[in-house]
Amino acid sequence: MGWYLLRRLGAAVIVVLIASVVVFLGVRALPGDPAVVLAGENPTPQVIASIREQYGLDKPLPVQYFDYLKHLVTGDLGQSTQDKLPVSQILANRIPVTLELAVLAMLVAIVVGVLFGTIAAARRGKFSDYTATGFGLLGLSVPHFWLGLLAILLFAVKLRWLPASGYVPFSENPAQNLERMILPAVVLGTGFAAVLMRQTRSAMLGALSADYVRTARSKGLSGPRVVGVHALRNSLTTVVTVLGLQLGGLISGAVVTEQIFVIPGFGKLTVDAVLTRNYPVIEAVVLVTVVGYIVVNLLVDVAYAALNPRIRLAGATNG
Amino acid sequence: MADVLTTPAPAAVAVAGRSDRWRRMWRRFYRKPMSLTGLILVVLFLLLALLGPALFGDPTAVHFDDVLGAPSGAHLLGTDDLGRDQLARIASGARVSLEAGVLSTALAMVVGIPIGLVAGFYRRYLDSVVMRAVDVVLSFPFLVFAVGLAAILGPSLRNVVFALGVSQIPAIVRITRGEVLSVREQDFVAGAIADGANDATILFRYVLPNAANALIVQATVAIPAAIIGEATLSFLGLGVQPPTPSWGVMLTTAQQFLSQAPWLAVWPGVMIAVTTLGFNLLGDGLRDVIDPRSAR
Amino acid sequence: MTQQRSAAGRRAGTPLLSVEDLHVSFGTEDGLVQAVKGVSLTLAPGEILALCGESGSGKSVTAMSVPRLLPPTARVSGAVRLDGRDLVQLNASELRALRGSDVSVVFQEPMTSLNPSFTVGFQITEVLHRHEKLSRRAARARAVELLELVGIPDPAGRLKEYPHQLSGGMRQRVMIAIAVACEPRILIADEPTTALDVTIQAGVLDVFRSLRDRLGTAIVLITHDLGVVADIADRVAVMYAGRIVEQAEVTELFARPLHPYTRGLLGALPSAARLDGTQRRRLREIPGMVPAPYSDPDECPFAPRCPIAADDCTASRPSLDRQGDGDGHLAACFHPGLSTVEAVDA
Ligand SMILES: Nc1ncnc2c1ncn2[C@@H]1O[C@H](COP(=O)(O)OP(=O)(O)OP(=O)(O)O)[C@@H](O)[C@H]1O
Ligand code: SF4
Ligand SMILES: [Mg+2]
Repeated sequence: MGWYLLRRLGAAVIVVLIASVVVFLGVRALPGDPAVVLAGENPTPQVIASIREQYGLDKPLPVQYFDYLKHLVTGDLGQSTQDKLPVSQILANRIPVTLELAVLAMLVAIVVGVLFGTIAAARRGKFSDYTATGFGLLGLSVPHFWLGLLAILLFAVKLRWLPASGYVPFSENPAQNLERMILPAVVLGTGFAAVLMRQTRSAMLGALSADYVRTARSKGLSGPRVVGVHALRNSLTTVVTVLGLQLGGLISGAVVTEQIFVIPGFGKLTVDAVLTRNYPVIEAVVLVTVVGYIVVNLLVDVAYAALNPRIRLAGATNG
Repeated sequence: MADVLTTPAPAAVAVAGRSDRWRRMWRRFYRKPMSLTGLILVVLFLLLALLGPALFGDPTAVHFDDVLGAPSGAHLLGTDDLGRDQLARIASGARVSLEAGVLSTALAMVVGIPIGLVAGFYRRYLDSVVMRAVDVVLSFPFLVFAVGLAAILGPSLRNVVFALGVSQIPAIVRITRGEVLSVREQDFVAGAIADGANDATILFRYVLPNAANALIVQATVAIPAAIIGEATLSFLGLGVQPPTPSWGVMLTTAQQFLSQAPWLAVWPGVMIAVTTLGFNLLGDGLRDVIDPRSAR
Repeated sequence: MTQQRSAAGRRAGTPLLSVEDLHVSFGTEDGLVQAVKGVSLTLAPGEILALCGESGSGKSVTAMSVPRLLPPTARVSGAVRLDGRDLVQLNASELRALRGSDVSVVFQEPMTSLNPSFTVGFQITEVLHRHEKLSRRAARARAVELLELVGIPDPAGRLKEYPHQLSGGMRQRVMIAIAVACEPRILIADEPTTALDVTIQAGVLDVFRSLRDRLGTAIVLITHDLGVVADIADRVAVMYAGRIVEQAEVTELFARPLHPYTRGLLGALPSAARLDGTQRRRLREIPGMVPAPYSDPDECPFAPRCPIAADDCTASRPSLDRQGDGDGHLAACFHPGLSTVEAVDA
């Protein structure tokens, strides 16, 4: 497995480099003076000057690129044109917020999706199957942001159970933090729960008709043990694969959800940066997304390998 | 389908068996109430998108004397903050959704099908390169891509279609390639190759017709995804720009007046959900018909 | 040798298992499928009964009715008595207590019957923990013993391996180890050697034999292979279209098949004595089709394919009756033992 990981890591580095070139060229392909473009909506002379200095815009492109890489490696991502803060500091503030949202949403999706997918498969053709399948289809069809609006309308405006929006850091007040994160996390998690439920159901149906499940029954094991241990264990690779494929969607979903619930995370940063043409931030955001995306995909692959004895053991003997 | 594929003279048999085969597929399709519901929803959506704008009046006509009006006889779905009729805007929004869904899917097909054909057919040379690239793009957050595009080119429906189309390409490539690989294995194709049929003949006579089914099913996935994508981007202000009525734009307005005029938030969302649901049901139904084994 | 074995097997007192007028049907989209239509059987302790017959004749469904390992669409009636207790009346948890301990099963597909995600050790000890109060260590030690019993070299090392690391023959032995772990009184083996090659098959049969000898396990062996039947079985029941059409001790059946269907299956056999588990001898194909399982007209179900069918054969259905001088040879035929030539003359 070590060798396999190394290969994956190599590929990841290459993709990141390619992405950095694309981002680098993307901003420079804009019409007009890149320094002015990078300075955004209110290009004061100081900002333009500092950008020229930061990017070395008078030098040839390859040199600029290597300078840019050098800055990247040292963690220098430039300065936001809006509040003049270092982009790296902004990211450090925003990313944990989005991570929390994403992790909570994933938890919701996994618990709901895997649980109901399993129940639906185990009770195929029964009322609970139709109910779960129906909700799954509905969950797939309802866009996140509308669900978010409805949730705010119901829980915050009508019932006044939860605050409509706003954010309190976990470190400041865990209870308030969770109170404000629960609605966004459920909203973001619902769509993924639906996808996961459908895939889990279909994988479990396959597993439940497998010969080894019949063997498990012939041992006198209880229904929950047959379904929850023997069949589910073999469906987990599907679950992990689906989670991996949904990551892109999760990031996109976080952007929208943060916008609706006014959560100062990475997604809101992204949209705000685009709307204010804050190019240093946009550059950084795209690059961070690529890196984050690759890292998480790598983790998914590792989990996949760890779940499948065939891959795990093949790697172990090969080095 | 299998009986057609394994017979020695597929073209002739396919023609002879076609009407019968369609009838059989149609019977299997409409026996399921879910599939039929999907078809009806999709047809209603198409009717609304094509005829609605002409029937329900001007979606941009402003009436300052009747802003944020609740649903009434004059305005069945109420009016927004500028007194514009919500029903007219829903109808025009359907048109925008249809454009986004169909154009982006068409773009993905136009680009993706040739790539998939080539990758599958000239496997030895191009396949691994193409598939690696597809893997990279496959689940990259499309929204971030669209955001980047909006940042560079400015927000517009055209850019939304472009971003959505590009994000759908990998799926199309995969499906086409998979079909090429499986059709190549079939005896009659091997026979045609042995008889010296050229690549173009094989691709267009044998491979494409067989891939068509899978691609149609994929369209029922891609179109609603694009409809949601367009609405999402427009909601964020990165897509269709006001005053053009898009369901996403309408919900942006609704969000601002959530407590004064909650009804504004209902219909655009219901339309998105119902349309998407229709396509999903239709897709599930078609999948059952085309590949009964996948029906679980 | 064959003689001795069959005598020892059958007459050992009261039956361990008795199946009485078993009916099994499945509700399907196309209608009710009658898979088993009134099967009666007995099994003595330590007896090995072979179930033969064409594909779809209801062998598996009959056998799986004992531990009721049937899909939920199955409807079962009749009685299946183990020690006088009717298993058809048991509820789900009583059945579970029975499966894997009193009645266990070895399935046909060794490649897929083990769970690919768990180690061999886990899958063996699981059944031990389910039915017996054993410590982890004791269960492990027992698992090693079991693997030794079924002839797997380096048993301790194998415990940590996954199914994909084992060959088909090894996997089938692991399946058998799981099945016999709790010393069952009845072992149902559904075509246990069909997927294996001949040399491995002989080894698997040896395992069954020693099991019977050591523990007195009674075995229901479903097979298409006459070599296997001749090698190991005490008694044979031949099934056709959901019914038993002939039943006899193994030497008797090979020497004097009475039902035209059995004769067709056996074909021109040299003699039972020359068959053993190191050769493959598949049942012969018989021309014609098995009747559709949806209807059950009152006639001999084999009549459309029977070379000696006469008018009376379609007038009513022959019952499974004792034939000859009381040696427990049963056949369901109006013209038992008649050859084709005789039938034409008559
Ligand atoms: N779950 C089921 N649903 C419907 N019909 C079934 C089901 N299981 C078995 N049958 C039918 O019952 C009949 C007997 O099946 P069974 O599996 O017992 O045959 P078999 O004698 O074991 O054949 P084989 O040698 O192929 O294993 C067949 O006609 C089969 O189609
Ligand atoms: S009863 Fe008649 S048809 Fe049936 S097997 Fe005997 S001879 Fe043949
Ligand atoms: Mg069988």
